[in-house]
This record gives sequence, C-alpha cells and structure tokens, in this order.
Amino acid sequence: MDNIIEVNSLVKHYPIKAGVFQKVVGHVKSVDGVSFSIPRGKTFGLVGESGCGKTTIGRTLLRLTEPTSGEAILNGQDIFKMSKKELRAIRPKVQMIFQDPYASLDPRMPVGEIIGEAVREHKIVSKAEYRDYILKIMDDCGLRPYYVDRYPHEFSGGQRQRICIARALALNPSLIIADEPVSALDVSIQAQVINLLRDLQEKRNLSYLFISHDLSVVEYISDVVGVMYLGNLVEMASKEELFKRPMHPYSKALLSAVPIPNPDVKMNRTILKGDIPSPANPPEGCKFHTRCPECMEICKKKRPEFKDYGNNHQVACHLYEKTK
Amino acid sequence: MAELTEKQEKKAKMKEIKKTNALMYKKFNQEKKRKNIPESEYITTMRDTDNIIELDNLKTYFYTDAGTVKAVDGVSFDIPKGKTIGVVGESGCGKSVTSLSIMRLLQGPQGQIAGGKIRYNQDNRAIDLTKISNKEMQKIRGNEISMIFQEPMTSLNPIFTIGDQLSEPIELHNPEMSKEQVKNRVIELLKLVGIARAEGIIHNYPHELSGGMKQRVVIAMALSCSPRLIIADEPTTALDVTIQAQILDLLRDLKDKINASIMLITHDLGVVAEMADYVVVMYAGRVVEQGTVKEIFHDPKHPYTIGLMKSRPVLNEEIGRLYSIPGNVPNPIGMPSHCFFKNRCEKCIEKCAGDYPELISVTDTHKVSCHLYQKET
Ligand SMILES: Nc1ncnc2c1ncn2[C@@H]1O[C@H](COP(=O)(O)OP(=O)(O)OP(=O)(O)O)[C@@H](O)[C@H]1O
Ligand SMILES: Nc1ncnc2c1ncn2[C@@H]1O[C@H](COP(=O)(O)OP(=O)(O)O)[C@@H](O)[C@H]1O
Ligand code: SF4
Ligand code: SF4
Ligand SMILES: [Mg+2]
Ligand SMILES: [Mg+2]
Repeated sequence: MDNIIEVNSLVKHYPIKAGVFQKVVGHVKSVDGVSFSIPRGKTFGLVGESGCGKTTIGRTLLRLTEPTSGEAILNGQDIFKMSKKELRAIRPKVQMIFQDPYASLDPRMPVGEIIGEAVREHKIVSKAEYRDYILKIMDDCGLRPYYVDRYPHEFSGGQRQRICIARALALNPSLIIADEPVSALDVSIQAQVINLLRDLQEKRNLSYLFISHDLSVVEYISDVVGVMYLGNLVEMASKEELFKRPMHPYSKALLSAVPIPNPDVKMNRTILKGDIPSPANPPEGCKFHTRCPECMEICKKKRPEFKDYGNNHQVACHLYEKTK
Repeated sequence: MAELTEKQEKKAKMKEIKKTNALMYKKFNQEKKRKNIPESEYITTMRDTDNIIELDNLKTYFYTDAGTVKAVDGVSFDIPKGKTIGVVGESGCGKSVTSLSIMRLLQGPQGQIAGGKIRYNQDNRAIDLTKISNKEMQKIRGNEISMIFQEPMTSLNPIFTIGDQLSEPIELHNPEMSKEQVKNRVIELLKLVGIARAEGIIHNYPHELSGGMKQRVVIAMALSCSPRLIIADEPTTALDVTIQAQILDLLRDLKDKINASIMLITHDLGVVAEMADYVVVMYAGRVVEQGTVKEIFHDPKHPYTIGLMKSRPVLNEEIGRLYSIPGNVPNPIGMPSHCFFKNRCEKCIEKCAGDYPELISVTDTHKVSCHLYQKET
C-alpha cells in the first residue's frame, strides 16, 4: 500500500536529572517503541489518556523534539537522519496544528502575514501570485478576504483554529499532524473545524495524524486508529474493527467511559481504578496490569507481544496469546 | 471633518458610559456596605417548597468600559431538592455567571446582580440571596452551597498541604471540633471521594497529585460541610475520559449519600444525558429551553437545542457530515430586541423579526422560547 509515512520502533526517553551535577537518575519513557504507518490520503487517529505520549510522537516527527531512536520514512527518506538543510527542504510537507489556537498565533501579526510568512520563506509561489494565493487559501478555510489585515485577538476560537489550519495548508503539505485540534473549542465550533478538515482532505488528498482523547471525534474522522497506553501502542486496527470489536481491555474501558447523549442508555460501564502510572517507572510485565480488570498472573511478569490477530487488527494482550 | 466628528462622538459616548458605570458602582457599593438589613427585605416564600433554589428573572450585568454586558438577562429556573440539573450552552452564554451569582462571587465592581431574585430554601425559612448581607452569605457559601470549578488548581492553594486546605473550612464552620476530630473528618472525606492512601495524601502538596486526584480533593472540599447544593462548573472538562467516568460516578454516588442537589454546568451533552434529571439550555444570557432530560433529548424544540444535538459525533453512530450551526453569537453589548438566535436560525419565520419570543409551556415541565410554537389556548 502507498504510505505517506512509516514510523518504526520510535523511542523517546527524557532523562530525569537530579542533584548539583545534574546526574541522570532515570528516564521518562514517553514513547517506548511505537510503529505505525499512515496510508496516503487517509487519517490515522491516535488516542489515549493524557501523558501517554501522543504529543511527543507528533513533535518527534517534526523534529521539534529529537527522538532517542527509531526511524520515520517519508517519501523514502528517514526524517530522523536528515541534516538541517534536508529538514528545511521537507518542512513544508509536514505541518502541525496545535491544541490551543490562542497560544499558537503571534498576537502582533495580522492574519495575512501569519498565513503568508512561511509561504514567502519557502518560495511556494511567485511574487506575482502571492496575494491571490493567500486569499484563495483563506477562502478554502472559510476566512473572509478582509480578515487579512486583522489581528488574532479579533477572532473567536473557531476562527483562530481556521487561521492555524490556513497557515499549515498554505505550504501545500502532504501530511498534517493535528494535536487535539478541537479539544479547546465549543461543541458547535468543533463541528465547523472537523468538517473543514474533512473537506480539505478530499480536495487535496491530505493525510492526517489526528491526535485526540475524544473517541467520538476520532471515530468520526479516522480511517485507522491506534490506542496508546504509557508510551506504547496496545491496539491498532481499522476504525470499523476497533470501534465494533475492541480487543484490548484498555480500549474497551476507554470506549465504555464515553458518555452517550441518550438518557435511556444506562451504560454498563467498566470504570478503571486509579490513575495512569508514571512513565518514569512503568509497571513490569504488561504496563496496564495495575488497572486491568482481566489481569492474570502472567501479565505481571511477561510483556505481551504486539501481534496481528487477523484483519490487520493488532493487539498486545495475553488474553489472546493463549488462544492462538 | 467627518472623521473628526466621528471621533468626538466616540469620545462622548465613552464618557457617558464611564459616568453611568461610576454611578452604578457607587449605588452597588452602598448596598454592599449595609449591615443590619431588616428581615422583611430578604425573607421570602418559595413558589414550591420542594425546590432548594428558585432563580426568578435574574439579571447579572457587567458594567465595562465598552458598555453594559448583559451576561445573564432574565434567567428563571428551579433546582429541585435532591435532583441534578444540567445547564448547557455555548461558551460565553452565561452559565458560569449564573452560578457565580448564586454564590455571590461576581467580580466587582463591574459584575453586579442588577435585578431579579434568587430564592433559597433554608431549613425553616426562605431567603433571597441577592438581598442578604455579605456576612450572612459567607455563612452559606462553602457550607450550605459549595462550588467545584473546572480547573482544580483554582480551588487549591499550591503552598499548603492537602490536609491543611481541607481542614480550614471544617474548622471555620465547626469551631467546637478538636484538632483530632477535624483530622479524622478530613481522612473520612478523602476516603469518601475514593482516595485510598488518605493518611498519606494529607501531607502532600497539590502539585504532587495527578489531575484526577486534585479534582477529587476539590470535591472532598466541596463536601466538607455537607452542602445542600453543589454547583459543579465543568468539573470534568480538564480530565481524561477514564478519569471523568470515575468522577461522574463519584458525584452520582455522593448525591444519593448526602441527598444534595447538583447544578451541573457542562458543554458535553453526553455528560448531561447521564447525570441530569432536568436540563436548562442557555443562549446569549437567556434560557431558550428547559425540561426533563428525556424531553430535551428525545423531543428538543428550540432550533438552537436541535442544532447543538446534531453537531456532535456520537460513538457507534454513522453520520455523513456533521451539522454545524452557522455564524456566531451576537455581540453581547447591545443585543437585538428580537430573538437572539435569529441571525443563525434556519427555521426563522416572519414573526421572528418582531418581539422576543415568550417562554411557552409545552408540558408542565417542558418550556421553550421560540415563535415556532404557539401558546395553547
Ligand atoms: N469579569 C467580566 N467582565 C466583563 N464581562 C464578563 C466578565 N465575566 C464574564 N463576562 C461576560 O459574561 C458573559 C457570560 O460569561 P460566562 O463566563 O458566564 O460564560 P459561560 O457560559 O460560563 O462560558 P464557558 O462555557 O466558556 O465557561 C460573556 O459574554 C463574558 O464575556
Ligand atoms: N520536555 C519534556 N521533558 C520531560 N518529560 C516530558 C517532556 N515532554 C513530555 N514529557 C513527558 O512525556 C510523557 C508523554 O507526554 P505527552 O506526549 O505530552 O503526552 P500526551 O500528548 O499523550 O498527553 C509525559 O509523562 C510527560 O510528562
Ligand atoms: S496482558 Fe493481561 S494485564 Fe495486560 S491488558 Fe491483557 S489481560 Fe490485561
Ligand atoms: S424565534 Fe424564530 S429565529 Fe428564534 S429560534 Fe425560533 S424560529 Fe428561530
Ligand atoms: Mg498532548
Ligand atoms: Mg464557564
């Protein structure tokens, strides 16, 4: 299959330093060996509790954070091995949209400049075409032409997120990493932004890495979904497979925790006990065993393998290893 | 020349605003300072003694430099005893200001209750919370009525231990209790909210706890004086789904244990469907629809409520394109005299350009304010 990006065994450990000499006393294992690929023109949804490593994956793919090890192949080239110069050349191809549309826009720049700055820097279009190009992008993102001279504080949350999307889009990327792009927005505005992302995908054959802890939104927008827990993928499958036949006890708990907007549905809910353990000191064996309602003896000692159980449905859990 | 007069006009307008604001501040300040308010001014009667709170045409305004923001503009609804009432609506529609008005925690001098009543059903009498003295209100706040905020750190002080912070309100409202008794009560509360290592946690500082644990501590704090009403403003929005499920479960469980009422503010319709008995839908400072949870979810009437329901993807439900309500909320300064939702409404009829629609009863419990519905004659 034609993949826009292939990530193999990505690891990111942050050193924990202590004492006067800042000696390294341990590591926060934020991302602990993650592999996935994103088919061209499709959306890969990444879900999991806060702190499980989702943002870190996004940042390493852009080299905003240096990975500890692993590879990320984009158009046959490993992003992690690229020189500064090579990176600069591919920068327009991979763009990121952040969670907080308030923090990620420079308040002193007018909207046209926010969207256009990098377009000029990377010489995406000729000088003559520049203005029309910016206006076209703005139009695609539902921003009126006269906004071009206005400043971020004059816009609502949803409009600001559109500005962020326009800025990313203006560089004509093939992959967009969207880290919780609608989490900070109101329900009614979420719908506008999600629809915009979908329309743009169709028009431009864009690929998305869509990071979110909101499962209803992920189900709506994704083609393939990966569930993360404490730095690892614990389950990965097509959206249909994952939401209809979740296998990993953690995925099941996540799904059952989503409140359903129907007062007649009284949920049969699995409530997970306790909080997510510290990634500096993850549990032995299966990292989920301290909260797993189906934990067995073997789970406390042996780390389950991430295996394909048919239909490209991959899971890391001893419950299934036994039967196979 | 024309430009000059425009500038002058603007200046004159600003001056005018400042003048009225100064007058308002003075008036409210004088009221605030009053001490021996005669009972006759605040004693009232409940419309229905089964209610713990009755909001009656509440108006809360902010007198800002840009003009008067009518954040809450004539809101009426009841909170029945022992029930959960969910308040939903878009960001900025006045949900938090409504709850801060009940708590009398508005940011002065700009924010003021400009009219209406908040009737509160105390043990043996009914009082109007907008009229009682500050001293009287302090006795009620955190004791009989307590509040849980979205961001747990707004309620926790980073430089005190969890134990100290939880002891404070208990000591304040129960001066007869010994140190030992207070400590036992703190531990009991922490266990009640599902913190296993209660004896250890009391020596911890807030930053040493996870988000979910901090919110549980805040809930324990809100429960410390067995409140009769808990106001929870987006209590789980900052939390993960799994932790949210724990906290909601906890709130539901506690409500039954201590028989309190809950006013739950949230923009998550799923949370409302699960928790609430009654729902109030607000838009631009007014109630546009209210009813039992079943009425609102199965038979929404107001075009805004219907839009809100459609704009959210639902797990395991296939939908083509998400519905999105077009446009934005009108500018809060100088609202129109017709229906506030008119500029975004797809069902608008001729009548909608006229007066603001009256609140009409669909059933005993279900009310809607929209010209599409007729008063039964
Ligand atoms: N201190 C203040 N000064 C001026 N205006 C204010 C102040 N606090 C709130 N407002 C205004 O009052 C209106 C209602 O605000 P409120 O905080 O109640 O909204 P909300 O419904 O709780 O929204 P959210 O869902 O974002 O919490 C808004 O227009 C807001 O801008
Ligand atoms: N710069 C950093 N230094 C140390 N630890 C970090 C840093 N950035 C993230 N982490 C840790 O890595 C883990 C994963 O974080 P993150 O990827 O932001 O999670 P998510 O996006 O899934 O919420 C967390 O435990 C976090 O505290
Ligand atoms: S391996 Fe064991 S502990 Fe881990 S998820 Fe499966 S059953 Fe639970
Ligand atoms: S009154 Fe008219 S404009 Fe307002 S919500 Fe009803 S139909 Fe729409
Ligand atoms: Mg993150
Ligand atoms: Mg609020």
